[in-house]
Amino acid sequence: MGVSLTRAAQWTTASSGTGKLEFTPMNESLLKEILHFVEQFSSQHPQEAEHVFVEPLQWSTTLVASDFKTDYDISESVVQSHEKDSEGHPLLQLSPPNVYVRSFSQLSKLVHLADDKKLEEVRACLEENTDPMVKILGPSFASILEEEGTHTDGLSLVRKVQEEDQGKGSEVNVKLFLLLQNMDNQLLSQCLKETSEQVKLNPVTVKNEVELLKQFCSEGENRVLKSVRYTSDDEFSNGCRAPPWRQVLGEICYLVIEPLDTETLYITCSTAGVFLNGCIKQEGEESGYGRTSDIYKDLVTLLKSRSPHFSENINNQHFAVQELPSTQEIQHVESVDAEEQGQPQRSYEQQEKNVHEKARQQHSPNKAGGEKKYEPCPRWKNLGLMSPCGKAEGKKPSKSSGKEKSGEVQKKKLGPGAKTKMKAEFSVSSLPGRLSSQKIKTPAGAVPVDGFSESSSESEEEEEQPERRPESNTDLPPEYWQIQKLVKYLKGGNQTATVLTLCAMTDFNLMQETCQLAIRDVGGLEVLINLLDTDEVKCKIGSLKILRKISHNVQIRRTIIDMGGLQSIMKILDSPVKDLKALAAETIANVARFRRARRTVRQYGGIKKLVKLLDCVPNLVNLTANQEKDVEVARCGALALWSCSKSTKNKEAIRKAGGIPLLGRLLKSPRESMLIPVVGTLQECASEESYRIAIQSEGMIKDLVKNLSSDNDELQMHCASAIFKCAEDKQTRDLVRKYKGLQLLVSLLSKADNKQLLAAATGAIWKCSISMENVAKFQEYKALETLAGLLMDQPEEVLVNVVGALGEFAQIPANKATIRKCGGIKSLVNLLTGTNQALLVNVTKAVGACATDMDNMVIIDQLDGVRLVWSLLKNSSADVQSSAAWALCPCIKNAKDAGEMVRSLVGGLELIVNLLKSTNNEVLASICATIAQIAKDKENLAVLTDHGVVPLLAKLTNTTDDRLRRHLADAIGHCCMWGSNRASFGDAGAVAPLVRYLKSKDKAVHQSTAMALYQLSKDPNNCITMHGKGVVKPLIHIMGSDDEMLQEAAAGCVRNIRLLALANSKAQLFI
Amino acid sequence: MSEMSAMNRKLIQALAETISKQVEHFNKTEVEFLIREFNVLLGEPTVPSRAASGLDRGRFRSILHNSFGMTDDMIMDGVFRTFDKDNDSLISMKEWIEGMSVFLRGTMDEKIKYCFHVYDLNADNYISREEMFHMLKNSLIRQPTEEDPDEGVKDLVEITLKKMDHDHDGRLSFADFEKAVREENLLLEAFGTCLPDTTSIEAFEQHVFQEQLEQ
Repeated sequence: MGVSLTRAAQWTTASSGTGKLEFTPMNESLLKEILHFVEQFSSQHPQEAEHVFVEPLQWSTTLVASDFKTDYDISESVVQSHEKDSEGHPLLQLSPPNVYVRSFSQLSKLVHLADDKKLEEVRACLEENTDPMVKILGPSFASILEEEGTHTDGLSLVRKVQEEDQGKGSEVNVKLFLLLQNMDNQLLSQCLKETSEQVKLNPVTVKNEVELLKQFCSEGENRVLKSVRYTSDDEFSNGCRAPPWRQVLGEICYLVIEPLDTETLYITCSTAGVFLNGCIKQEGEESGYGRTSDIYKDLVTLLKSRSPHFSENINNQHFAVQELPSTQEIQHVESVDAEEQGQPQRSYEQQEKNVHEKARQQHSPNKAGGEKKYEPCPRWKNLGLMSPCGKAEGKKPSKSSGKEKSGEVQKKKLGPGAKTKMKAEFSVSSLPGRLSSQKIKTPAGAVPVDGFSESSSESEEEEEQPERRPESNTDLPPEYWQIQKLVKYLKGGNQTATVLTLCAMTDFNLMQETCQLAIRDVGGLEVLINLLDTDEVKCKIGSLKILRKISHNVQIRRTIIDMGGLQSIMKILDSPVKDLKALAAETIANVARFRRARRTVRQYGGIKKLVKLLDCVPNLVNLTANQEKDVEVARCGALALWSCSKSTKNKEAIRKAGGIPLLGRLLKSPRESMLIPVVGTLQECASEESYRIAIQSEGMIKDLVKNLSSDNDELQMHCASAIFKCAEDKQTRDLVRKYKGLQLLVSLLSKADNKQLLAAATGAIWKCSISMENVAKFQEYKALETLAGLLMDQPEEVLVNVVGALGEFAQIPANKATIRKCGGIKSLVNLLTGTNQALLVNVTKAVGACATDMDNMVIIDQLDGVRLVWSLLKNSSADVQSSAAWALCPCIKNAKDAGEMVRSLVGGLELIVNLLKSTNNEVLASICATIAQIAKDKENLAVLTDHGVVPLLAKLTNTTDDRLRRHLADAIGHCCMWGSNRASFGDAGAVAPLVRYLKSKDKAVHQSTAMALYQLSKDPNNCITMHGKGVVKPLIHIMGSDDEMLQEAAAGCVRNIRLLALANSKAQLFI
Repeated sequence: MSEMSAMNRKLIQALAETISKQVEHFNKTEVEFLIREFNVLLGEPTVPSRAASGLDRGRFRSILHNSFGMTDDMIMDGVFRTFDKDNDSLISMKEWIEGMSVFLRGTMDEKIKYCFHVYDLNADNYISREEMFHMLKNSLIRQPTEEDPDEGVKDLVEITLKKMDHDHDGRLSFADFEKAVREENLLLEAFGTCLPDTTSIEAFEQHVFQEQLEQ
């Protein structure tokens, strides 16, 4: 006992003198062993039990007099036993709070009395009697022990003892000594066993410890940690959270722990222990797995070494938290002991049984406290990483001893328990997945709604959401067991059996998530992927036939990637067997639906291989069977490329691999099944400039237009979408017109039920209508009327395009009236209250275009449209701001009593002036233009001036942006009309930069600058500055312009300068 | 010797002429080469009277093994049986060429018939449960832990029957087999590889049709 206590037990170092036993599991079990030893002692060794200790064991107890019963003399709070030693001391004496015990029989009685507090009693006893051997047997024994250490065997010790004790010659003494010695050894060996197991952490241990630590994160004075969290919410069936390829290395999970006093710790828990890693914040960061610290045996130890605050407070915490579990443990031990009474030695089986009992308790929620257990969890053992749980029982080594039966019973109890648990996890895990599977598109499925924005592809990501596996009791479907059986045959079968089994497996509904996940969970996915690396063509075909189906499932895709399966699939693309190539490409099409997969395809040269598949002759009328297969291979290749093309870098890779001409050739195919993936890929890639050029120059517009008249909605949609993206280019727009695509596009508007098609068609119309020739054509087809009808009750994707088109149409005056007649103005104004920024940009633009018509303006004014547009200046998007400001210009210009209207908008002018602080040139230009309009009203100009418009405008004059210069000069020219603004502009240094504007190449800049200079030149000081900057020469040049306004302004400015010079010389004359 | 081969050549050409009209997939020259190959495989007849005989089981099996990588005795016997249409335990030259026509270049229909014959061990026009068990019994690794080591195979047979036995009479008729194979081509060689793979076909044809041409 002595040796194990001093050497093996874990003492807290903090407290002085007496020292306390730490609340570690090992101490816990040591205590239990000792307790058991003490309890059994008097019944097993009655003679030795009566032996009186040399010195009493003394400790402060929680027992009080009332706890003691008949065998004791009780007087008030003091208790004495009837039995006395030779010198008359009672063998047990209680004088609170201390108790003195002088024999094992008393000790065991006391322990029985203490009932559920006995463990504490033993603990207190050991803590206060650090050398019980000495006290029990006397210092002589202790010295022998010290001399011999633990190296001597029992016999030689006995001899020594007998030599020493010849005088007293007490045989009992020696026996007692031997018993204690025996016990000590037993304890030590157990400690050793536990310590050796300790190093092997397992998921349950880690989980429990994390749970414990999480309790320490609670607010309040007990708080020792800020936060503890896993990097992944996703727990595998074996309890690990690390991705499978890391689990192989023994890693269990990754944690991010924020201590109160130091920086955040990123921790890896592995079976070998815990250590700091290189910052794994989220799952999937390849880089951070490396170890950056020593390995600690558990989290608490690591935290103690890293966070002083933690180590200071943790011991108090342990007490608080562990109180409950430890008492339960005692009860539990007692119940086991009751069965095992009278057993001379604790057999291994008994311990094992205990362990299982504990393991079972571990699952009950109230056990979640700090209790640690280092026995490998049966669940972990049983399930392994991927192996089917059913086999587990058989694998466990059976114990060969008398108690095997009871052990067996325990195991059986446990086996099904673990099974159902796994079942439950499995079936529930399918729930979130099932939801997500609804998002999955079939290869020929719909394209996402947001596929139309320019940067569609990247935003349309299938997010890699962690898979949640909540616990529940739902049972597994029968398919699960059937699939498990089939996978077993797959593993253990030759080629023939494998092919048969694969064929049988295809009979399951592989599109159903239960089956998909069942295949994965029984380890079938691994086998399927392994088959791909064999030389057996038939096995590969069979495997791919299954993979292509189950890869519709998000989780399966992820697992395939995690297992490196995609690489194997890509290897098959080189195969000479066409069926194989087609199947492989089709599987890739499914798998490559998330970013990591697409990257993998690219990095392993998959894009090149896929592009190579496209090489076939698709447009022959009669194909041989072989050519037919080539076409099928090309189709699957196109499907795969379509999936891959959602990543920008892949688009580039496809282009570099020479994919564009091949796609162009396939585009001439007469088959829809081929055209859909081809056009799908093209429209996806058309977000890249290089593709748009290529699509145009390779003559694909013609085919795209042709396929607009297909009767397949999806194909029409992709074609329209491709045109939508390409028609930014004028030549493309002309080509669409040339191939009579405009009419086809308008006719697509009748399919108003298919919103995606409608969005694509309206988008194409919008972009095509940028060319006025196209607008004229559209008018022929009454497109405008149809579009105006689409302004209501449509999804935003459609509205954006419709409104965009209206904005373009409204560039032609006749159309403004048409829009009004169709009731479009009201709809447009209504849309101003929306939140979609792309939509707002288009709406304001359309409203602005409509506002150039006086009749329209009346309606806009009535509907309070100006106020709505004005309020959009507060929008966070610069595009919306500038677009709104541009729209305000015609509104203010054409509104009746515009000045009053502007004044009525509270805070409006201040808002405008503040926007001059924007950093976006387009916003600045639009605001300047608006200011020029507002400043036409003197009162408003006065307000603007009060808000400090002059210095803000002056500050902007250094710009080199011609568009801004033009409107800035315009604004300055108009703002000169108030008070001393001319002089203020001069003072603010706006004049000199303006002179430089005359060197600009933009005629519009010249015009507005000349006007501004003319206004500024009415101030003599400005004239001097202008003259000094050499304004006269360019002005004289401008006077030769065709524009009368410009001539007049330039001439006026020169006149002013000249007048000043004259006055000056006159003044000098008079002096 | 040259005299003899000159005579042989004429003979062979005449023979090839007739056979090529009866057998599909091979042209006259190819038939000629196949005849030559047959003669080579047969070896020089030691006893003149046996010259007209054919390949016996052992010879044929060694061809299947060496040229086409087949290993399963039962399947090889089945192939021999299928080639040997007149059941005289010898494969005559005609049988050889007819057999090879399916073996190397058969259409799907021909292959289905061929495979069914190979698997129909007792030639009763049905593949019975027992026959399946017989053919599949070595297809699974036996796990010593299992009580009945044949249990897996039995189960596999049941699975296969479930998939292929469309009329549910517990055995596969030709119609069952054909239907199943048409639905899933992989089932053509359901009970063991009895057709050569593309590489060995290429190698064999290369060897027979081209190398001999060079000689």
